[in-house]
Amino acid sequence: MSDPLNRATLIKGADIVGKGRQDVLVRDGRVAEVGAVSVKDADVVDADGLVLLPGLVDLHTHLREPGREDAETVLSGTRAAAKGGYTAVCAMANSYPVADTAGVVEQVAALGRAAGYADVQPIGAVSVGLEGKRLAEIGAMAQSAAQVRMFSDDGHCVHDPVLMRRALEYVKTFGGLIAQHAEEPRLTEGAQMNEGAVSAELGLPGWPSVAEEAIIARDVLLAEYTGARVHFCHVSTARSVDIIREAKARGAKVTAEVCPHHLLLTDEAARSYDPVYKVNPPLRRGADVEVLRAALAEGVIDAVATDHAPHAPQDKECEWAAARPGMLGLETALSISVLALGGPSDVDWDVLAERTSRTPARIAGLEAHGRDPQPGAEANFTLVDPAATWTVVPEGLASLSRNTPYAGMELPVTVQATFLRGRATVLNGKIAEETSE
Amino acid sequence: MKHLLTTKELTREDAELILDVTQQMADAVTGREVPKLPALRGRTVVNLFYEDSTRTRTSFETAAKRLSADVVNFAAKTSSVNKGESLRDTALTLQAMGADAVVIRHPAAGAPQRLTEWLDGAVLNAGDGTHAHPTQALLDAYTMKKRLGGIEGRTVAIVGDILHSRVARSNIWLLAKLGANVRLVGPPTLLPKDIDDWPVEIGYDLDASLKGVDAVMMLRVQHERQNAAFFPTANEYSRLYGLDERRLALMPDHAIVMHPGPMNRGMEIAAAVADSPRATITEQVTNGVWVRMAVLYLLLTNGESK
Repeated sequence: MSDPLNRATLIKGADIVGKGRQDVLVRDGRVAEVGAVSVKDADVVDADGLVLLPGLVDLHTHLREPGREDAETVLSGTRAAAKGGYTAVCAMANSYPVADTAGVVEQVAALGRAAGYADVQPIGAVSVGLEGKRLAEIGAMAQSAAQVRMFSDDGHCVHDPVLMRRALEYVKTFGGLIAQHAEEPRLTEGAQMNEGAVSAELGLPGWPSVAEEAIIARDVLLAEYTGARVHFCHVSTARSVDIIREAKARGAKVTAEVCPHHLLLTDEAARSYDPVYKVNPPLRRGADVEVLRAALAEGVIDAVATDHAPHAPQDKECEWAAARPGMLGLETALSISVLALGGPSDVDWDVLAERTSRTPARIAGLEAHGRDPQPGAEANFTLVDPAATWTVVPEGLASLSRNTPYAGMELPVTVQATFLRGRATVLNGKIAEETSE
Repeated sequence: MKHLLTTKELTREDAELILDVTQQMADAVTGREVPKLPALRGRTVVNLFYEDSTRTRTSFETAAKRLSADVVNFAAKTSSVNKGESLRDTALTLQAMGADAVVIRHPAAGAPQRLTEWLDGAVLNAGDGTHAHPTQALLDAYTMKKRLGGIEGRTVAIVGDILHSRVARSNIWLLAKLGANVRLVGPPTLLPKDIDDWPVEIGYDLDASLKGVDAVMMLRVQHERQNAAFFPTANEYSRLYGLDERRLALMPDHAIVMHPGPMNRGMEIAAAVADSPRATITEQVTNGVWVRMAVLYLLLTNGESK
């Protein structure tokens, strides 16, 4: 592992975001030179055949610490992130205690710094305890050392229109945004999977697509009315895409993310009754998957976000209805994003970088991330092998949990190296030890 | 057949075999001084019931005992507050005890299918959530076969809360497989969404749907549905979808009235209809024992000895 304080790192011959091969010299955590570089006092990383991407940025990660350290910790979660090519993750607020105070968000940020595998940007809760009743101390969290800009009650919808309006007005003062988990709760009471032909047959209570679309439509209107920014988490239906497209055409300040699993899997997976496929919002129809893929390519959907949701075995090895929703995502998101954007030989790496790194960094306000290598920029990037494939083995994942829906699947593209401020968090496909800065 | 989880997965041949063996069971036991066969001597059948259902549990217990199996009743209580032992741990316990077959009734759809992943023995679904109740559908089919002389080409109306009914879900696939025409009738709020591909006709007008039927199957309406505003009042439901004597008269003379029980008299079915000779409700209960004997026998012996 290189030591950025002393030796430089020279990455030789990487294809820079698919635009051509260059060498990248990294010194003191920043990019020193890009081009045909030859220096003597540098560790050389042979990147022949590899594509260099700006480090991936996840807008939606559940790190489970504090509270459920049996499922994931900030350390294990960020190791998984690095393995997946990420240099920054946004940690959702639904920990125990909830990240609804400056103290909790500062703790999460500090744990991230101590781990050193990826920058951890806490997301603050919109409401106290995620209960949807009173606004959390948004201002205190914004002014804290964690500098929270994004607020979300994810896991719960901010369904009260008055609370949503107030939150939007409030975050506008410091350029913040609300990340909405769009789910009208009255329409999804007891819901277990997508409402449609498969749920009708399986006898599992349905989660109707309109429960998502109704909230997205309402919040588009509230965003326009207040002039504030709304980000839509895990958009899962074709009709939601239509609403967001129209909103953007009118100039509403809305952005949207899609999860890898909604780009690949469908509600047919529920036929196994294996809760590894239970997720909220649920896996939808094949027709939705097609529309979401097209919307991601087009940019109507701004970003891929993992909704990485680790769960302990007992919360998944049970009946479907008793299981907790959510699936792992950090280590498989890049591969699935490549698949969704045309596969390893046809993918436009620039579009991939836009959706998995630059745009999410912009949405989250992470200025040091999502930048292509240029002299002076922080050296946050990942090297991927577009020709390699790998098979998902749950026991082989860096996450503490095993709830991946891709077990046994062969996926394209491997992460060979990830650099966080010039320091390799992953090298030769292996997680580097002792990364703390 | 290793397990019986749904009627959808049954082949027509399997379904017909079960109905044939049901007839044989009825013939073999009826009129005997000791109504008992030695077929499953030494085998252990566990009744694993997570829902109170004295009717179904007793039916399975009787069936297993008439085949000389040892029966263990494992009443497992669950609630969302106190989950108790996990289904997987219970399965591993039953596995360690050497259960040859587990009959499971569970409020969660898919629980029997999950059980097959943890158990070597046969799993028999005695009703899972709103998903399936295959032995109920098989006993209904057997009852129709006896009363109507066959199932192929007959028309069966299933009336009421289709959305929450595992009985309906199991009957639809089985009856369609056996060549019946199936009509679903109920308020739109109690019909599942996106069922265009199901092998059924859908109607909202009970009077119209009763014309030309050979059998009508009335489903129980749970009281909690009323609170959830699936329909305005019990009275209105009864007026629109209850089977009373006026409606009985709209049906052909030979047509039978079925109900899986327990009934809400005066709600989905009028007392006079329930007690009329055209109702097969107690016959269904009797046939349930024969059907469950047939299924236990086939699952535990692969039909090899008798």
